[in-house]
Amino acid sequence: MSIFTYNGSALVAMVGKECFAIASDRRLGVQFQTIATDFQRIFKVHDKLYIGLSGLASDVQTLQQRLQFRHKLYQLREERDMRPETFAHLVSAMLYEKRFGPYFCQPVIGGLDRDDKPFICTMDSIGAIEHSKDFVVSGTASESLYGACESMFKPEMDPEELFETISQALLASVDRDCLSGWGGIVYVVTPDQVITRTLKGRMD
Amino acid sequence: MGLDFSGLEPPTIRASSSFPNLQPNILSSPSFELPSVKDLDGFEKAAVEMVKPVHGTTTLAFLFKHGVIVAADSRASMGQYISSQSVKKVLEINRYLLGTMAGGAADCQFWQRNLGTRCRLHELANKRRISVAGASKLLANTLYSYRGMGLSMGTMIAGWDETGPGLFYVDSEGGRIKGRLFSVGSGSTYAYGILDSGYHFHMSVDEAVDLGRHAIYHATFRDGASGGVASVYYVGPEGWKKIAGDDVSELHYKYYPVSQPVVEQEMVEILGYPPTGNLGDCSSIPIYRNVASS
Repeated sequence: MSIFTYNGSALVAMVGKECFAIASDRRLGVQFQTIATDFQRIFKVHDKLYIGLSGLASDVQTLQQRLQFRHKLYQLREERDMRPETFAHLVSAMLYEKRFGPYFCQPVIGGLDRDDKPFICTMDSIGAIEHSKDFVVSGTASESLYGACESMFKPEMDPEELFETISQALLASVDRDCLSGWGGIVYVVTPDQVITRTLKGRMD
Repeated sequence: MGLDFSGLEPPTIRASSSFPNLQPNILSSPSFELPSVKDLDGFEKAAVEMVKPVHGTTTLAFLFKHGVIVAADSRASMGQYISSQSVKKVLEINRYLLGTMAGGAADCQFWQRNLGTRCRLHELANKRRISVAGASKLLANTLYSYRGMGLSMGTMIAGWDETGPGLFYVDSEGGRIKGRLFSVGSGSTYAYGILDSGYHFHMSVDEAVDLGRHAIYHATFRDGASGGVASVYYVGPEGWKKIAGDDVSELHYKYYPVSQPVVEQEMVEILGYPPTGNLGDCSSIPIYRNVASS
């Protein structure tokens, strides 16, 4: 048993036309036992920047709190929000700080850059950034998510189509994974609004 | 003149004398070639880990006033991967006997099919149906003869015979237990939680079916390795009957309908003053109000 699969998770982000979406499942389990079905693993950094953290739930929360703290310090000093690229490097640096005793998390970052250009990336638990121009996945359902996204993704989708695609990909994938599912949550971020929807999924 | 003890001998031995033309290998218990390794037990233990698709499971069976309820989920998993959501885990041995499947799928399917054959032979030889106790003992004896060789089964044999309803738990360690209520598999503890709190011997068939279904649903909700469809069988004097096969996801939203969350504070638009309602109507006074958000 890997500590990464202790709690179970499914996390995915996709790029659309001047927008992006980030989605996750809602399960918190201890191995095969389901503890809660309203666990939050996607967090807002600012209006146009979201981070999802898959992996060990305790590290998800610790890392989120440290990142929020660092982002608030940045806002106070710079009097502006952080750019997604900058934030990704902050996360990466904080993960590498713990190179020999890492946080058991694999982050997914989605954001809109200065000219509302969508940005998504993922990294491993010690901060190796991996950029992507279509989609990124992580968590215990990552293999099935790769398959679902690979077949469902189209470039230049509008927000509604993007919502539909990412939701279908997520729900299809978690149905092949024992450790994730029990509902989902989707954030579609556009330049002037964020659409948040919770998904009804199979509860087994 | 001596007493005729031939009835006590197993059908395999009798058959060869009474029916010399019948091929003996049909009636004899199957035998298998063993791998030529030094540590057979260790080898088989390791091998069984590789051929065990139905690892996570929830199955249950209980006796009550009107008969036996047998129920199971339908998920097959390999590690954390769900390999199927439509496995038949209640095995129909014959019209009056049911077996359940937990552990190795192949082991359960093969030996319960084999049990079906031997129960039929018992009927032909003795002109009466085998008792549930007898059938379960045939299986238990077979499993005991393979003990330590890596078979993996946790099964319940339920049925109706001349003495009424019967229920036995039989496993690959050779155990055979008579009982009134059993649950087997990774989700069994969750199922027991529902069964123990809702079980009464004097319940109606409908109540018993609901209890079995609810216990399986609950196990699929809590246990990651159980899921799919909750099948419920009832065994009565006329044999078994499949009562229900419900998708547990539909059951969830039936038991717990989704309601709009009422948590967020939302700003309500101010529509000009004086308010449109009666003077005493506070609802139109512009304030922050709790509004259900989607």
